[in-house]
This record gives sequence, C-alpha cells and structure tokens, in this order.
Amino acid sequence: MDIRRRNNVTLTGPEGGEGDGPVVVLAHGFGCDQNMWRLILPALARHHRVVLFDYVGSGASDLSAWSEQRYSSLEGYAQDVVEVCDELGLEQAVFVGHSVSAMVGVLAAQSAPERIGSLVMVAPSPRYIDDEGYRGGFSEQDIEELMASLDANYLGWSAAMAPVIMGNPDRPELGQELTNSFCATDPDIARVFAGATFLSDSRESLKSVNLPTLVLECTQDVIAPREVGAYVHAAIPTSRLVTLDATGHCPQLSAPEATVQAILAFLQEAR
Amino acid sequence: MCRTAEEPEPDADRGTDAAFSALLEDSAEDLYEQAPCGYLSTLMDGTIAKANATLLGWLGLERQAVVGRMRFTDLLTVGGKLYHETHFAPLLRMQGELGGIALEMRTGSGDRLPVLVSSVVKYGSGGEPLLIRTTVFDASDRRAYEAQLLRRRQEAEQARAEAERQRERAEDALRQAESDRARLTEALAALQQSLVPTSLPAVPDLESAVYYHTASPDRLGGDFYDLFPLDEDRWAFFLGDVCGKGPAAASLTSLTRYTLRAAALHDPEPATTLATLNTVLHEQYTAAGDPRYCTAVFGTIEPGHDRQHRTVRLASGGHPPALVLRADGRAEFLATPGGLLVGILPDAPFTTAQTTLAPGDTLLLYTDGLTEARTGPTRTSLFGDDALHAFATDHAPAGPQEVITALTGLLKSFGDGLDDDTALLALGVPATRATTAPTTPPATNPTNPAR
Repeated sequence: MDIRRRNNVTLTGPEGGEGDGPVVVLAHGFGCDQNMWRLILPALARHHRVVLFDYVGSGASDLSAWSEQRYSSLEGYAQDVVEVCDELGLEQAVFVGHSVSAMVGVLAAQSAPERIGSLVMVAPSPRYIDDEGYRGGFSEQDIEELMASLDANYLGWSAAMAPVIMGNPDRPELGQELTNSFCATDPDIARVFAGATFLSDSRESLKSVNLPTLVLECTQDVIAPREVGAYVHAAIPTSRLVTLDATGHCPQLSAPEATVQAILAFLQEAR
Repeated sequence: MCRTAEEPEPDADRGTDAAFSALLEDSAEDLYEQAPCGYLSTLMDGTIAKANATLLGWLGLERQAVVGRMRFTDLLTVGGKLYHETHFAPLLRMQGELGGIALEMRTGSGDRLPVLVSSVVKYGSGGEPLLIRTTVFDASDRRAYEAQLLRRRQEAEQARAEAERQRERAEDALRQAESDRARLTEALAALQQSLVPTSLPAVPDLESAVYYHTASPDRLGGDFYDLFPLDEDRWAFFLGDVCGKGPAAASLTSLTRYTLRAAALHDPEPATTLATLNTVLHEQYTAAGDPRYCTAVFGTIEPGHDRQHRTVRLASGGHPPALVLRADGRAEFLATPGGLLVGILPDAPFTTAQTTLAPGDTLLLYTDGLTEARTGPTRTSLFGDDALHAFATDHAPAGPQEVITALTGLLKSFGDGLDDDTALLALGVPATRATTAPTTPPATNPTNPAR
C-alpha cells in the first residue's frame, strides 16, 4: 500500500538541506487536518525537516483505506503514525501531537520506540470525561451534544464534493479552493473519530512515558483546562510544562509565535 | 374634472414621503440594536466586546453581565463549545470568515436556543487580526425542521435495515424449506416403499410382472399390490385401489396392505381374507364416522393337479374383474360374484372364484386407472372393459412381462388422458420351452394361428 498517498504525507524543510536538527512530525487532532499547522510551519521548516500527514478519514487521506473497526480506537491512529514513520525511515523523530494526537503519539512511541525520540503535546488531555478523583471537564452527555453538532454541520462536506477533496492528493489546490474544506470529513467518519477521541482514557499510558516531553497548554482552553495540563505534566516525570498566553484549544493558530518559540526552544535543548 | 393617470395622487404621495423620512431618521445605533438578528463583536481571545439588544433579549442576559465578562464560548452549550473549539475556531482563523454554522446557545434561564452563526475577522492595516464580528440567527424553527429531516433519514435507514433483516429471514426460511423438502422427500420415499414392494419376489415356476404409476407429485398413490408366500407352495397376491389420494389414502393403503398380509397368514381363503379386511376398515373408519373404503382383488396361487398347472382362487371387493389371457389366444374376464366395496358395510359378503392356469396362461389384475383412462381425440370417452378385452385378445397368448409391456405402451399412448393412479399385476405359468424360448419370442405366434 502507498502509505504516502494514503495519509497524504507532505515533506518540507530547509532549502536544499537536511536541516540541522531531528525530523519533526506534526499530527493534527480531531476536527481538521494538517492545515492546522500552517501558521507555525514556515518557522519550523527553516531549521528542521518537517513531516505533515492526515489521519486516514481526515483531510485528503485515502478514504477507501478507512475502516470503522481500526479507527474506533486511538491504537488505529497510532498505527498510522508508525506506518508513516516506517515508510520515511524516521529515527528518533520529534512527534508533535495536537489535542488527542498527543495521546496517539504516546501509543506510537510505545509500539515503535526507535522511531520517536521526544514528544511535544499541544493542549493534551488523557481523558475528557470526568471520573472519580479526576476532572476532564465533560460528561458523556456533552459528547453526545458534540455528535449532534457534527450531524447538524457537514462543513463543506458532501457526497458530491468528497471525491474532489479526497481523490486529488496530487492536486491539493482543488480541495483548498472549497470553503470549509479543512474540516471536510464524511460525517460518519467524523462521528467515529469523535468517539475514539472523547471516550478515550489514556491515563495509564502516560505513566510509561520516559521520553523528553514538552507539554504546551493554554491559559484558557475549554477542551483541555489547566488542571488537565497539570495532570499530564505530573504523570510524566520527564516532561516540561509551558503555559502559553493563549486562549482556545489551538495555540498554533491563536498564538503561533509563542507556540513555535516554545517548540524550537525544546528542540534546541533536546539536542 | 378628470385626473389623468400621470398625475400623482396627492394624499398617497404624502404617505410615502412620511415613511421614507422615518426610515432616514432610523439611526445606525437603532439599526444595530434592534436588528432582526443578533450582533456580537469579540476580541480575538473570544471576550465579548459588544452585543446588540436583540441577542441579549433572546438570551435573557443583562448587558453588564456579558460585555467584557463573558467569552463567546460561554454562551454555547457544552457540546457547542467542543464543536466551536475543534471546528469553528480553527476554520475562522484559517479562512478569516465562516458562515451558517449550526450551534446551540444557552439562555440565562437555562433554555437552549438553536442558532445559525456567521463570523468574520476584522483585520488591522498591517493584516493583523483585530476582532471577530458575529451575526446570530434564531434557528429554532429551522432546526426543528432539520431534526425532522434527520429523524426521517434515520427512520428510512431503520426501514432499510429492517428490510435487509426481512430478506435474510426470508433466505433462512427458504433454506429451511429446501432442507425440509429434502427430508420430506426422503420420508415419502420410505413411506412409499412401505405401501408397495420395491420389487416382486421370485416365485418358483411362476412368472410375474408389475406396473405402478402414481398421478400425485408426492408419489403417494391410492393403488396397491403385493405378492408374498403363504407357505412352501402357496403364494398370495392382491391388488386394489383405496378411495382418495395423497397422505390420507396412504394411511388407508398401509392399513389395507398389512391387514391383508396378516389375515392371509391366518386364513388364506380369499373370501375370508377380504371379510377380515372389511371388518378392520369398517371398524377403523366408517364406524368412527369417517367412511373410507377400498376395492381389492385378493387371491392365492398353488400347484394344481400336476406340476404344469396352477390353481388360482380369488375374491373381489368392488374391483374390476381379473382378466385371463389363455395360451390358446382367448382372453376372458374371471367372474367374481358379489363383492361390495370393502369397508362400507359392517357385514359384506364375498365369494371365492377359482380358475386354473395352464402353461402359457397369464392372469392380469388391474385398477380402474386403466379402464377409466380417457381416450379419443377430445379425451372424453373411457377406454372401458370391452376395449381392454379386445386388446388382451389381440395380444394373447402372452407372458406376464409381455402383457405388462404391451399395456405400458398402451397407457403411454393415452398421454394426458391418464390422470389416475394405475397398478397392473400379471402372473403366469411359463409356456412350455418350445413356445417360450426367450431367444425366439415370435415362436409364441404359431400357437395362435388366428392372429
């Protein structure tokens, strides 16, 4: 199988060079696709080779490779990450995961330790639903409301448009011209990804992380509140917590300079 | 005086002017505050900087509790917040504008307000994002309609799934039916074999042949026959026809066959054997209010005055008479006086008749499927006793197999005129070697120069 095509893998980096640091893999979370990184990409690519990809089912990935069984749990997404790393022959890469992808990175690093050397977790949460002695911020009913919002908004996705967006990885400009296409996802697939994301519990997996890890949180994030950031930091002894002066769940969009500065500083240090 | 159409009507003109000037006096502030949609301006971090009276009225919130104090996401339901953070906000950042997103707001009293939201980012002269302008439309009615559409779609999906399940059930049922049918066919075959012998036993110095045809597709015929030994020298045979067809007839046939077999062993006198059968059937069916009956010829065959001859004794109960094809080319019906349908009356008289079979003689028993076969171009006339007699005369002398073969050919010629069960049983004493040498079948002809 053509993994690069399947996951719409994009490689970028310093002009005519290999870069002077480790390869950086940027992994989007639930909602949109690799476009999420567009504001911090230029600064990162100035010094590092950067790998961008879409999980199967998102963005311009090959929808025919999607199966409900595989992508109903985070392990399926971690398998995508490992297969992309294998395909590119990456070693000791820096895995930058946004939101739920931070936990996908933990699973991927566990299953292929030689591929991933350090983790950057952007607005991570190991569990979104409240539990005894743990506050994730949501109830199961809240997640059902989210599903209803997914049903109410197809966001540029339609059966007629999907082939244009999904079927032309060679000509991404076709997809980009469409309004809202960054979030264009088959609603049935989006529902499965939402379930895999918001019903997951990765708290146990966190305990085994012993890689250099950067935890980035925002001052105001309804999805990953600060106490969750503190929880993640406390669970990983090898982690550093940086609180960005940013609101919302996507600091790479709302505070791109601060975000990229923090990541570059971490990469500098890790070398 | 007559006004022309071109002249404006003075009163109407004054009214339009008044409305127009009222519109001009409508201040921008009033247009904003009282617009038929909600207006909202937020800083880039979501903090609400401005909201119009319409939106505040919908939400039932005081201006001072909202402006500068709440963020846009604070107005949303929790599910709406999740959706905003994972889809709305990133898209707005990347595209600078976003329209027609369905969200739910929470009012001051805790009610939900379905809305459609459109936002646009206002940029500064240097291209830096400054604030977000948002319009909010009350989508209660529309959302109710969409919810109905969604419900319809789910119902259609369920109906489709149900149809799929029905189809699977139907396939299961078909498979089950096929397997049932296979088992039933097997059971029928076993039952069938219990009604008539699979083959005739070999009887010393006696030839026999049989033809058996069932008109019903389940092969459960109403006709029956048998040939079995009574002792070393004596054999018994019978042939008959029960009323009705199919399974009900089969149970009657079964009772008839095994009663005759048992009765014959007890007392082989043909009249007595049929009387026993009559008693059994009458007691079983007619006396119980379910009148059923059969017709039958029962007989015994034993050595005659010498080894060349056989003595046949037989009795009939309402059955067509047996036919004897003599070695000399004659054919004769064997009269069996009396003999009513078996099983109808509590006491039925039967009479035993007797004849001798010489070498070359053949005794033929048949059911009315033969004599009542419809013939003629329109299939309206019956074959009948006379035609059978003529046919037999035409073929006599003939051994049992020869007779059955000739009759089978005759039956085939009837085509769809043969719609009843038919059984034929022929017993014969072999002709002397000179006339029955199998290698020269035409040698039988010289014994019948008349042909």
